[in-house]
This record gives sequence, C-alpha cells and structure tokens, in this order.
Amino acid sequence: MTEITVTVNGQTVVEQVEPRLLLTDFLRHRLGLTGTHVGCEHGVCGACTVRLDGVAVRGCCLLAVQTDGSVVETVESLAGDGPLSPLQAAFKRHHALQCGFCTPGILIAAEDLLSRGHPSHEAIVDMLSGHLCRCTGYTPIVAAIEEARDAPALARAEEPAG
Amino acid sequence: MSATEPWVGRPLPRFEDDVLLRGEGRFLDDLSPVAHTCHAAVVRSQLAHAGIVVDVRAALAAPGVVGVLTGADVMALSRPFPAGIDSGTPQYATAIETVRYVGEPIAVVVARDRYLAEDAAELVDVDYDPLDAVLDPVAAAATAVHDRTFAYGDVTAAMAQADLVLRQTFHVPRFTCTPVECYAVVADWDATEGRLTTWANFQGPFTLHGVAAAALGLRGDRLRLLTPPDSGGSFGTKSSVFAYIVLMGLASRHLRVPVTWTEDRLEHLASSAAATGRTTEVEAGFTADGRLIAVRYDAIEDVGAYVRAPEPATLYRMHGSLTGAYTVPNVGVRNRVVLTNTQPSGLNRGFGGPQLYFGLERTMAIAAKRLGLDPAELARRNLIPADAMPYRTPSGALYDSGDYAACLDHALELADYAGLRTRVEKARADGRLAGIGIACIVEPSISNMGYITLAQTADERALTLPKSGNAEGASVSINPLGGITVRLATTPQGQGHRTVCAQVVADTLGCTPGEVTVMSEMDTASVPWTVASGSYSSRFSGVAVGAVQAAALKLRAKIDAIRAHAGDENLSLRRVAGMAHWNPEGRPAGEEPGLSAVAFWAPPTLDPPDDEDRIASSAAHGFIVDICAVEVERATGQVRVLDYVTVHDAGRLLNPLLADGQVMGGFAHGLAAALYERHVYDESGNLMTASLVDYLTPTAPDIPALRIGHLSSPSPVTALGAKGIGEGNTMSAPACVANAVADAIGRDDVELPLTPPRVWNLLDHGDGG
Amino acid sequence: MKPVAFEYVAARSVEEAIAALGRDEDATPIAGGQSLVPALNMRLVRPTLLVDLNRAGLGTIESNGVLRVGATVRQATLEHDLRAHPLLREALPLVGHFVTRNRGTVGGSIAHADGSAELPVCLAAVGGTIVAEGPGGRREIEPDAFFVTHFLTTLRPGELVVATLWPQSEEHEGSAFEEFALRAGDYALSMVAVVLRRVDGVAQNVRIRVGAVTDRPTGITGAQAALEGVSITAAIAQEAGRIAAAAVDPPGSIHATPGYLRALTGTLVERAVLRAWERAG
Repeated sequence: MTEITVTVNGQTVVEQVEPRLLLTDFLRHRLGLTGTHVGCEHGVCGACTVRLDGVAVRGCCLLAVQTDGSVVETVESLAGDGPLSPLQAAFKRHHALQCGFCTPGILIAAEDLLSRGHPSHEAIVDMLSGHLCRCTGYTPIVAAIEEARDAPALARAEEPAG
Repeated sequence: MSATEPWVGRPLPRFEDDVLLRGEGRFLDDLSPVAHTCHAAVVRSQLAHAGIVVDVRAALAAPGVVGVLTGADVMALSRPFPAGIDSGTPQYATAIETVRYVGEPIAVVVARDRYLAEDAAELVDVDYDPLDAVLDPVAAAATAVHDRTFAYGDVTAAMAQADLVLRQTFHVPRFTCTPVECYAVVADWDATEGRLTTWANFQGPFTLHGVAAAALGLRGDRLRLLTPPDSGGSFGTKSSVFAYIVLMGLASRHLRVPVTWTEDRLEHLASSAAATGRTTEVEAGFTADGRLIAVRYDAIEDVGAYVRAPEPATLYRMHGSLTGAYTVPNVGVRNRVVLTNTQPSGLNRGFGGPQLYFGLERTMAIAAKRLGLDPAELARRNLIPADAMPYRTPSGALYDSGDYAACLDHALELADYAGLRTRVEKARADGRLAGIGIACIVEPSISNMGYITLAQTADERALTLPKSGNAEGASVSINPLGGITVRLATTPQGQGHRTVCAQVVADTLGCTPGEVTVMSEMDTASVPWTVASGSYSSRFSGVAVGAVQAAALKLRAKIDAIRAHAGDENLSLRRVAGMAHWNPEGRPAGEEPGLSAVAFWAPPTLDPPDDEDRIASSAAHGFIVDICAVEVERATGQVRVLDYVTVHDAGRLLNPLLADGQVMGGFAHGLAAALYERHVYDESGNLMTASLVDYLTPTAPDIPALRIGHLSSPSPVTALGAKGIGEGNTMSAPACVANAVADAIGRDDVELPLTPPRVWNLLDHGDGG
Repeated sequence: MKPVAFEYVAARSVEEAIAALGRDEDATPIAGGQSLVPALNMRLVRPTLLVDLNRAGLGTIESNGVLRVGATVRQATLEHDLRAHPLLREALPLVGHFVTRNRGTVGGSIAHADGSAELPVCLAAVGGTIVAEGPGGRREIEPDAFFVTHFLTTLRPGELVVATLWPQSEEHEGSAFEEFALRAGDYALSMVAVVLRRVDGVAQNVRIRVGAVTDRPTGITGAQAALEGVSITAAIAQEAGRIAAAAVDPPGSIHATPGYLRALTGTLVERAVLRAWERAG
C-alpha cells in the first residue's frame, strides 16, 4: 500500500492505495465520485476522461498512485453547487445527451479544448473522435460545443422553464 | 383543461439532463443497493467448442475469495432457460460440460473486490478437449433447429407470370449496438425466504423476467427485479442481461452472500447480445412496368450457440411487414434457424428490420436497374397508396396510417433529387465513382407478444395458451400536498420517458410538466407492469404513453368529481389533494378514497396469429424514405457520403426535440452497420473483434450530416397518435448506403460493412492488384 | 479488466529509475501509460514492479542544432511546439486522440515500438536518433538499429529511452506525412513519411519511410533511388508508389487483404512524395 495525497475537486484527500488501483476505481468507489464513468478500460471510449493538472486525460489509463501530488478535477466540479456551466446548458438546449453515460468525459474534454482558444468545427469534431457516443449521433454535441464556444454569455442564460 | 398550447408536441428540453450533466446520474455501478456485497469475476471459455473439466481448488485458496460457482452448482440449482423453440441444446447460466462459444461463462469467482476476483479467476483451471466448431451458418442449414415455411397468396403462380424474376443472396453480418455502459447486476439471495432480489440495468421485455424465474425455479413473485434510475444505453442488448441475473442469482444463492457484477467491455463484446446474422435468398417477380407481384425469402438465421430467449424473435418480429411498403399480394418465406459456435444473439436496434430490408431494398435497386427505371419511380409504382390505409398485408400486419407517396415526394424534394443526379453525372464525367441510393421502409413499432408463436404451427398453437398484445401499466398518484408522482415500467436508457410522461400528465391534469415527478426506476414488486413492459420495438410513445394517459384520465375524472362535489371547478390541485387525503369521508359518492390511479393500456389490434399464420406483428407503422449520394475513392475504396436525407412519418411527435434525437441515433447505428461494424470470428471460432480496438464503432468524424424531414399521419391505434421512431434508420441506412455504393461502382454484390478495403476489392484495378 | 498486483516506484531521476529496473527483471517502466495501462488492464503485461518515469526529469525540450525531446514530453506539448520539425507537426495530430496526446509521451511511443505508430516512422524519416541510458551508460542509436519488430527494440535489459533527437528542417526541404485508417484516429492501415530536398529543380536526399504495413519503420530504397536527382512529376510519383507497393509484404488482417494494403501504401507514397515536393518548392 502506498499513501497518496491528491487534490480532487478542490479538496485534499489522503488515502492508502494499492499500486494497481485504477484512478477511475479510486474516484468512483473510494471517493464516491461516480460522475466519471467506465466504458472500456482500454482507453478507447473516453467515458472516463478527467482533468489531471489542468489537462484532460483518460482516467482508466492512470493508476491512482500516479496522481500523488497532483490536482484532479472531475465532471462534478464543472458546475459544483451552482448553475449549469455554459457548456452544460448548451448540451441541454441541443439535446446533446440521451443516456448521459458518455457525457461527463466529453464535457471534460470539450472544456479543455475550449480553454485553449477558439477551436474550429474541424477541431471540435476531431476532439470528439476520442469519444464514443451511441445515442446522439454526435451532431447535437458538436452544435452544443460550438454554441458554448461562440456565445458563452448567451449560453449562461437560465435553462428553459418547464 | 388549460387554454394554452398543449405540452405534448413541444420540443421541451429534458428534465433528465441536469442530473446527468452534473455527473449525478445513478447508473447501477454507482449505487450500492445492498450492504456487504462481494464482487464477481466470470471465468469464460477460451475455445469455441470443447468438452471441459474444471478445477477450482487453486481459485478457492486465493486471497479474498468467498467461493466459486461452477457448472455443477448451476446444474444442481437451476433449469435451462426456456426458449421459443426446442433446439436440442439446452442453455444454462454457465456451460456445464461443454463450452459452445468463446466467452461463454464457465464459472463465477466471488471475492472481496473485483481485483481479487480476477486474480482468483485466473487460477481456475479449465482443461479443454477441443471439438469441431460450426461457424458457417449456410453450411449448418442442413441441421437447422427450426424450419418453417409460410406462403400467402400464390407465389409460384405469380413468379411464373412475372416478366422479370430476380434471385440474389444477401448477407447481413453480426452487429452489436455497444452501449457505452455495459451490463451490471447485483444479486441478493434470501435463503430464509427462498427469494432473490436483484438489480440490473435490464431493459425488458419482461417476458424475460419469467424466463429468468423459470431458470431459477422461482415463482414470479420470488424474483424481485429492480432497475436503477439511469441506464447507459441499451438499444436492445440489455434485454439479455437476464442471463446474468440468473448467473449472479445462483452465485449469491450458492455462496450465501450478495454478489455485484459489473461487466467489462471485453466481456460485453464476447458474450452479451449481438444481432443475428442472416443469409437470405430473395426471389422477386416483377412485371415489365415494374410492379412487384411476388417475393419469396429463404432465410438462414444465425442465432449463435444457443437459441436464447426471445429468439427466434428476430426472424418473426417483422413477419407482418415481409412485403415492406409495397402492395405485393404474394409473399412466401422459409425461416431456418441454425446454431453456430459464436455468441448467442439478442435484441439489437432494428431487431429483424435491418436483416429484412437489406434483402428487399437491395432487390428493388437491382430490379430498377434491370427494368431501366429510376429507383424512386420503381418505388412509387409499388408503394401502398394512401387511400388503402388501414392496409392489411398478406402476412397479417395492419398498417394503421400513412401517405407513402407524399413522403417519397417530400424526400425527393428535400434531397433535390434531380440536382443530386446532376452532381453524380458530373462526377462520373470526371472519371469519379459516384452513386445514389434510396430505401423506402415501413418502421413497425409496438410488437405483438404473440408473434413468437409463429415459430409453432397452427396445430401446435392450438394446444397451448395463445399469446397476443402489448400491454403496459402505469400509476399516477397525487400526494397530500398536491405533488404528482408517476411510476413507469419502461426502463428507459436515454429516450427521455420521464420528460414525455410529464408532458402527457401535464396536459391531462392541467398542470405544468415541472410539477410532475416521473420515476422510471422499475420494481417488479411495486410498479404496475406486464410481460410486455420495458423498452423495445419503440413501444413507449404508443403503449406506455397510453397507460400513463389512461391513469391520468382516471385521476382527472376523480379530481373533476371532487371539484364538482365542492361546487368549485377551479379548486387547485393542491386543495383537491388536501381534501381527498385529509377528509376522505367528504368524498363524492361512489368514489374510492385516496387520489391515485393505476391503468393498463394496450393497442386494439394485436390478436394472436390466426390459423393461416397471419399476424398483426406490430401495432403502429411509421414510414421512412432515405436518399443518399456517395462518392467512392478509387484508390482507397473509401465511401464518402455526399448527402443523406431521411423523411419520417412517425405519426404525432410527442416531443420533436427527442424524436429527432432518436432519428440521429438510429442513423448513426444504421450507418455503422453500413460502413464500419461487424463481429468477426476466425476459422477456429476465436473472436477477432474482441475489444474496441478491433470492433470499430464510428465516431464524430465518421458520421455524415443528416437532413431530416417529417410528415405526420397520426396513428388511429395509439392513445395520442404517436408511432415508434427509435429504430427506423437502423433498418433503412444499410440498404440505402449499399444501394448508393452499388450504383457508384456498378456491382450488385456489395456486402456489409462497406469498409474501404472491402469496397476496393470490388473495384476493377486493371492489374488485378 | 484489472491489472495484476505489482509494486510501484515513482522515480525522481533517471538514475533512480535505472536502479529500480535493475533490481527486478520483471520491472516495467511507465511513461504516458496510454498503451501500457490498457495492456495491464487486459493482463497482457504482468510486471512485478512498475517504475514511473513521469517525474524523473525527462520532460523538457531543448533546441541546440537538433531538437532534443525528453522521453516523457507529452505528445500534445511537442505537437504545439513551433520548433518541431514540420513532419512532426503534420503527424502528431494523427497520433491517438486529443485526450490521449495530453498524457501519452514521445519517448513512450518510441520505446513501445508499435509498428503502426506514427512517431517511430517520423523519427526514421527525419534521420533522428534515440538516446538510451542504462546500467552500462548512455548511448545513441539510429532508428534502423533500434526498431526490431512490433514491440521489440534493441534496448538492453534495464535500459531506458531518455530522449529523442530530431534534426531541424533543412533549407529547400519539404516533408509530408500520409496515413489511412478505417476511422479517424485509429491505428493506421498504412502510413508514409517523406522528407526530401529540392535543389536546382531536382530531388535530393529523398527519405521514404513506411509503417503499419511493416513491423518497423521501413525505408523504400527502390523508390528513393528512383526519385533521387529527378524532377518529380505526377507520373514519377505514381511510379514511386508502384515501387513501394511491390516492396512491402504486409500480412492481411480482419480488416484488409495484403493486396489492398500494398495498393494503399502505393497511393500514400504517391501522395506524400508529391506533397513533399510541392512544399520544398
């Protein structure tokens, strides 16, 4: 067992972990952060994507022990206790999620891409090539990311009433 | 009733979304419904066909291991799964002495956690005595486990009269929808009560609850099945999780601990539920002016190693729609089911539609070429006319409504068909390969539970209870403070049932959807359900909505009675609720106390098959026209979709935003089958597409833009006039794309999937390279 | 899919990493982990000790005549480094996916030596060098002497890739990278890297390396020779493609026949040669 100290969604946690414990299992079952999902455990589907030291990475391709001293952020940190982020609100408006299982990973990756500047349509589609979605056909996801890219203030508007 | 515009029909964003977007979804692996659960790892066969001898002693001694469930235990504690036909090869939850496909469960190791369980699973020693593997379904047809022939009209005479008879064989490979969330089961056996409580991301139909109960030797009420609030996609595949409910239930029973199992991706690809593979010889007779007067199918269906319930349903689901969208008076079909040493089949989006329409729509395209007719014109000459609705097909379906010609016109206009033709001609003049394909299909929804009995003869059916219909239950309750709760048995996996139900109830009760709490978690002990419950055959918008509305209407009647009794028709719901709950003695005469209603609803037309083997196999029938243009790159064989138009008539759209989501998702699956995906087994039966590295599912760059058009012919048989819309393009896109590629490269023998290497191999390269 | 149990050490220096590897013959180094951890999860790799290189001081890029890329530099970092060779800037966006490049490393891809990987082919095409360090000290290895076959290199037991050296782009040089995969971001069915110079209207120092259809980056010497000293036209590029197609002998797979892979390679060589020539102009 190894002791690790890692900051997860702003909170510092100290835990004893076996070296082989995957980061996804650590987050989900040790810390109860079940928003990060497991779809393949071989780095293809992207559902497990989290932010490590500021960049989006595959959670299933990381051991928890490797995050000692690092900062990890998961989907739960995007809105916290507040309103949906502009990107999340855009997803809702565009029906960019159905079952929602792939969504957290895509949100994290999209936020990373958006944080680096003004991605083109092609760059957004290319980023999405690392994420498997079987429900939406991807078009509404691209539209939602483009809306968040173009008009974050607009996207921040209150979610539609119902 | 509210004077404003109804909620049903509005493109309302979903109530489901906030929780999912925040990462607060509750998928089964997120939950711990039972304390002190242990974790299972499944030992699986490495060979396609072999005798096995299993030694678990080393596994039992491994750290953290609670125990191991073996085939011997399974045989002692359970019965084989009942199936639609007796294949002579019974299937238990594990292999017993013979394994029949790579990935078949052999034993279950239960340990403190999944890591330790996998360590111990590696220590289970399996001694294999290899046997020959059957992998070619056509070769296996000689020993088919099911062989039934049906004929309507006079196919032989019509073929003899036809001016053109086409005969071609088509193959649809094994495809699997691969939801991003795999199976999950928690099983908790209560030895004292002899009862199993189980959670699973099961999607129905709940006929399979009975199958699981029978295998476990349990009375239905002794198998309590619960589903989590959220399920990460299913598209049919999570109907087959019932087999693992039994497996983990047996593990829990044998080892006297609650057992949790979360399937991993390798397990899912090897042993969940791939669609059947089907080889069909289609014979079609046309008059010189293009009327299809007879069609005969000879179908060989590969269901994998076992006939696992609900098979042979894939063959019979479409039985009423064998003639598709066309006025063909003579149709015949020979259905044969064969077993191969590959994974058992199960529901996958489209469920029989992709297999049927690939043959029929490819045949229409080939016929158009031979007859010198534009394929759209050939379709037009055969489409069922609007004034023939409701139309009874020769095999028994009652097409409820539709104006197929108008749909075709709309699709041609939306696609700018003449413009597409010009574009293709220009490309060809430049020496490029380009083509156009169309597909016109009927999308059936709401399956008749009786269609499976077509696997039996009329005489055999006469000896058993008839099966029919598709009923659903729902409850709507108002609590003392006026809060409205709806309970559903439809186990959604992303279709937005909670939002649509809230819209329906809001219209009925005169409130807003935000005031309606809809719970989609299922519990066979407490939620109204039928054998037909669940989500499959796109039944929600017809049947489930009917049940919800019926329950809400009962409640509405009671509310109105209370208001009338109080002399105030504007009494708020909250006030009515307070009165009903707190002053039951003041209720109107003839009314029950309380403020809750349960209703069951079924569409009216789903009778059992008649003695002539005709069946209304589905209640509602949508219509779809797909038109696509492709260019094929000669050097690489890559197919590029230039334009794809799809026009849907799905009756009344309850929520257009969600409806288009279903169309786009179905299109993505259909395109995947057309251009990317199939399961591949090698000559020894090893699964070559064993991970997502080799089972290639399309991602965003691979899905072309889809232009969607809608017409609406409301259904007269569903409560709100809606028809199912979840599966259509999985049925149409493979044929449409194949037709376009065939047109582009001038070959009839195009086969799915049309990957670049496979297309390239069909091109003439001059040097034969 | 969970790994076997193993010990773990996070090396703080190359020396520490080498010492740890030396203690255990079933020790495995881990860099980006984008290939290794999936293999661990599938239990295809079963180490007793994992030596983590991510904080061993191998994460810098230095420019000094050549570009010295530390082994654990992330693929995304090099992708956006303006000093990187144009061939790299064209090929790196094709490596894996946006998210995997955030963690996957340049050195890890080289050491992993997947015959279908882009970076080994690029390194060979630009005439780069692998810097290895082990118990016996440091040495530099040419790509042709490094890559043996899929997942096998001439690294000695206990030896690590610590850096790769990438020559700068030369005057009058043009390069192009072409690959074809069944889906965006997939393992390529075939890939080609071409680097050449265009001097006095003819091609010089033509380097053509193919991958994916071969088990290691492979030079197409016949095509190189046919282009050397020649003014490249469409027809000549096509001929180079034909030579390349005949020079490779790929095994088929469930996805593609050998005949297809040969023809595809020829097409990619033809395209890459023409584009490199145009860029050198």
